Amino acid sequence: MYEGAVQDLIDELGRLPGVGPKSAQRIAFHLLSAESTDVSRLVAALTRVQQEVRFCVTCYNVAEAEQCRICRDPRRTDDVLCVVEEPKDVVAIERTREFRGRYHVLGGAISPIDGVGPDDLRVKELMTRLMNGAVTELIIATDPNLEGEATAAYLARLVSPMGLAVSRLASGLPVGGDLEYADEVTLGRAFEGRRRIDA
Amino acid sequence: MYVRHLQVGSFRNWEHVDLPLGPGPTVFVGRNGEGKTNLVEAIGYLATMGSHRVSSDAPLVRHGAEQAVVRAALRRGDRELLVEIEINPGRANRVRVNRGPLPRPRELLGMVRTVLFAPEDLALVRGDPTERRRFLDELLVTRTPRLAGVRSDYDRVLKQRNALLKTARLARGKAIETLDVWDGHLTDYGGQLLAARLHLVADLAPHMSEAYAEVAGEGAVVAGLGYSSTVPLAGTGSAVAPGAPVPSAAELTEAMRERIAERRNDELDRGMTLVGPHRDDLVIHLGPAQAKGFASHGESWSLALALKLATFALLRGEGEDPILILDDVFATLDAERRAALAAVARSAEQTLITAAVVDDVPEELRGVRVEVGGGYAVVVKDGPGVGERAVVEGRVP
Ligand SMILES: Nc1ncnc2c1ncn2[C@@H]1O[C@H](COP(=O)(O)OP(=O)(O)OP(=O)(O)O)[C@@H](O)[C@H]1O
Ligand SMILES: [Mg+2]
Ligand SMILES: [Zn+2]
Repeated sequence: MYEGAVQDLIDELGRLPGVGPKSAQRIAFHLLSAESTDVSRLVAALTRVQQEVRFCVTCYNVAEAEQCRICRDPRRTDDVLCVVEEPKDVVAIERTREFRGRYHVLGGAISPIDGVGPDDLRVKELMTRLMNGAVTELIIATDPNLEGEATAAYLARLVSPMGLAVSRLASGLPVGGDLEYADEVTLGRAFEGRRRIDA
Repeated sequence: MYVRHLQVGSFRNWEHVDLPLGPGPTVFVGRNGEGKTNLVEAIGYLATMGSHRVSSDAPLVRHGAEQAVVRAALRRGDRELLVEIEINPGRANRVRVNRGPLPRPRELLGMVRTVLFAPEDLALVRGDPTERRRFLDELLVTRTPRLAGVRSDYDRVLKQRNALLKTARLARGKAIETLDVWDGHLTDYGGQLLAARLHLVADLAPHMSEAYAEVAGEGAVVAGLGYSSTVPLAGTGSAVAPGAPVPSAAELTEAMRERIAERRNDELDRGMTLVGPHRDDLVIHLGPAQAKGFASHGESWSLALALKLATFALLRGEGEDPILILDDVFATLDAERRAALAAVARSAEQTLITAAVVDDVPEELRGVRVEVGGGYAVVVKDGPGVGERAVVEGRVP
């Protein structure tokens, strides 16, 4: 254990995804010995993110206004909605230029090990959006891993009484991976060949 | 197949070993604790990416080192296979085959085939079902590498589902909504795993009876294999009749789904998954009885040996001899069983034997020895003249 401030920093860093106790300690000491202008820039970036970036009130993508750029774009169609886990997945799909509908960002996937259930995701918000009838096709683009598949199966079952066309990205995506790591061509093809799921 | 050359770095007590090996039998001799088993353990690791002695990788890395390396050149028919594993405890291993990195370490499984018989195998007969499930699943993956994925997916769903059941116990109703979804995945992978295990047991059973008859000698009772399952369709525990039909994966998935539905309340009460291949057992029969808790010490040894010889025969029947590894077993066998084992050891494409006392090993297997001691492993072969010995090659601290 280190003294107050240093230990607090290590603890906070250690709570970040992918940062173990050892790395947290390394980063903390790196920051301690870094130029003070470098540290100030980091602090400023964090503050700006906290103050200026928020989640779109409609789709929960990151946004710098009330609504994100995609939700505000009048040229996009309202009848197809693509459900993803994270904002980074929106970026990955946008890169393919295959999709002209709108998005819904769940904020993760169902994973009991991590204590994440449907209530911890923006599932209720999704249901509310679907309620108004504008959406006729739902594309579930959760990650091609176990948790993503489970989330997709759960959603498909949940919306089945609404009579929408529900589809899942076609296979060909690297199984067990992250959507964001799929290259554009593969992801684009998976979009083209999406298959209906009948819950 | 056989290992033509073995190199290990920072593996167990070995800092570095560079050892030429050849087809046929080789005996590793040396005093207790010099590192004989460690060398054959390294070769076993190439096949299963696990040790026959410990369940985690940390003990395999030499004290004070960060990682261990096992590198082997193998001959497979007329082809050369170069395998290199970097063992990183707590992190993913790095594996290279013919100098190209594998995207996933588990893609190595099935390439190097070994059958290892060691004192620890007594637990196959007398120990917990966990040991026998591991035995089945390792062999399954060796024969059908695709199943490594099914098995790890099954384990992952199982962990998720158990976590859910634990929380569901506290907040009934709420979390149950998603249980159906996990049930779907669990029974899907579970059905595939079950079907594969049943096929394996059916294929192995006749070899087991034959091997036991050879090991235990004339007039011994018949040994057999069965499968006992928490899924009704999958097995009753009684010995598998030759040619008995195996239900399809789809049928087993359905049977598992039904059984899980029946037991839902029990599962919620206990907060864990009670149905599925992770609760099943391979049953070893001796005559009409189950060997566990019934067979004598000597009979248990014979059964364990027969199970490994059956495995060898099964893999050999598929076209290629696996590498036979016999760790410290000759000393514990009587003359008859020693002879039965020696017969197979002599015929295998490569047999690697460890022994503290070379006289415990049948004479016909002793032609090539690796003398292990003082941090060195030195290859010694019987020379051209009778009784003459020539150091052919070796070293190294
Ligand atoms: N991670 C490790 N780092 C250093 N030494 C180790 C490590 N793991 C095991 N050892 C040492 O390796 C030795 C055991 O080696 P091994 O089991 O191969 O012996 P053996 O030659 O087969 O002996 P025996 O004849 O008793 O079976 C022990 O002395 C043990 O302390
Ligand atoms: Mg030993
Ligand atoms: Zn939006």
